[in-house]
Amino acid sequence: MRITVTVDGTTYTDEVEPRQLLVYYLRETLGKTGTVVGCDTSNCGACTIHLDGHSVKSCSVLAVQADGAEVTTIEGLARDGELHPVQRAFHDNHALQCGFCTPGMIMQTLDLLADDPDPDEHAVRHGLEGNLCRCTGYQNIVRAVRDAADRMRPGAGPAAERLADDSRQMVGGE
Amino acid sequence: MIPTAFDYLAPSTVDDAVRVLADAGEDAKVIAGGQSLVPVLRMRLAAPTTLVDLGRIAELRGIRDDGDALVIGAMTTHHDVRRDPLVATHTALLRAATDTVADPQVRHRGTFGGALAHADPAGDLLAPALALEAEMVVCGMDGRRAVAARDFFVDYFTTALRPDEILVEVRVPKHTGWGAHYEKFSRVAQAWSIVAVAAAVQAEDGVITQARVGLTNMSSVPVRAHAVEDALVGRPATVESIRAAAELAAEGTRPAGDGNADVAYRQHLARVLTTRALVTAVGA
Ligand SMILES: Cc1cc2nc3c(=O)[nH]c(=O)nc-3n(C[C@H](O)[C@H](O)[C@H](O)COP(=O)(O)OP(=O)(O)OC[C@H]3O[C@@H](n4cnc5c(N)ncnc54)[C@H](O)[C@@H]3O)c2cc1C
Ligand code: FES
Ligand code: FES
Repeated sequence: MRITVTVDGTTYTDEVEPRQLLVYYLRETLGKTGTVVGCDTSNCGACTIHLDGHSVKSCSVLAVQADGAEVTTIEGLARDGELHPVQRAFHDNHALQCGFCTPGMIMQTLDLLADDPDPDEHAVRHGLEGNLCRCTGYQNIVRAVRDAADRMRPGAGPAAERLADDSRQMVGGE
Repeated sequence: MIPTAFDYLAPSTVDDAVRVLADAGEDAKVIAGGQSLVPVLRMRLAAPTTLVDLGRIAELRGIRDDGDALVIGAMTTHHDVRRDPLVATHTALLRAATDTVADPQVRHRGTFGGALAHADPAGDLLAPALALEAEMVVCGMDGRRAVAARDFFVDYFTTALRPDEILVEVRVPKHTGWGAHYEKFSRVAQAWSIVAVAAAVQAEDGVITQARVGLTNMSSVPVRAHAVEDALVGRPATVESIRAAAELAAEGTRPAGDGNADVAYRQHLARVLTTRALVTAVGA
């Protein structure tokens, strides 16, 4: 079946098998290997992307279900070689060890911040409930999300603001 | 794992969906949000020959006010149910239960109708649908019919839907002004209920006038705790009267025992969680 999907700003048309999972379309057909597969049970959230502005687990969506949709992956966040403020915050707060959960954590963080720009610790843990990390114990991830929220706050500085505006458009808001 | 091969159809109206489902024969399956079905396909626990995707049918989405009830389209996502002001005002119990379903990503795709049609006994939306006396509107080759929640859930993962029928919408009677709470017990985040209790209570001048209590995972289907409801009516909305009534919560239930909880523990949980759900619902 032929599908047309816009991924990180570029539109692709491809022939896919109906049984192909969206995550494998991204990884194997488009070569966007930044989005990873961490489980076979839809639990880990490592494969999280945005589909028409909402976070989803791309291992639990068929590629044909994304026909006509707009997808944003972790590979679409950096601008002009500059990391997105959320990526920066994860880096600066040592919010990763092996890094396998990180693409999904960052994509879900963007979804959370679009909804609640200033989440407290409880809201962060609740908002990242669908993302598992086997390494960090989550402490630094929570710290990074709260730091990212600070960096993206309006008035946080011209560079952060520009990036924050872009990201708001990218995640589509609520 | 990768699912086995299947044909894929994405009709744009309910009538077309029913027709292609009937044409595709008994190995065809409907896909809604895919949040239960895609994992099942990946594990190859099911191998349908055709998938009929309801995701392109606009008439199946959305929530409308229909006088004494809200009508919720089967393809309305958990995310949209949680955000809907009508749901919060008139069916607060449904809102509270939906808050506990899965995680944000799953709630963005998973649908109200899909959760009910899937009929997992641990699913969190079945007991609220039963307690609020919801009515399922289903459509097949012979047209539409309405099925009361108590007749809809037949057994583990089994509903009254016939092979050529789809769930179109759910009529949930308004319970405006009722106190409501969903108390869920599970071991870890994003986990299914070991037991959960759905409670909605109407009180006037500190006296309970009506009560609805539904139990999750206390049987192969959701069950109403009628004995608790009857014991509450006419009683003061206090912790004492709630405790006394909640003692009856496990009466007549025959839950399964499994690695999470044996039968006696599930029955104990039903009593404890019923107390907690009711206390929060009435604000006692
Ligand atoms: C990680 C994870 C955690 C979860 N945790 C919870 C939880 O805590 N509580 C909870 O309640 N649920 C939980 N779920 C399940 C979630 O609620 C699903 O959304 C729901 O069970 C199925 O809805 P769906 O729209 O995705 O249906 P699908 O997966 O598309 O379909 C499920 C089944 O219902 C049938 N079906 C769907 N829609 C219709 C229709 N309109 N007419 C006829 N048949 C239909 C399909 O043929 C299929 O057999 C979880 C899921 C995941 C992946
Ligand atoms: S790969 Fe684990 S949830 Fe998608
Ligand atoms: S950093 Fe290794 S899984 Fe999170």
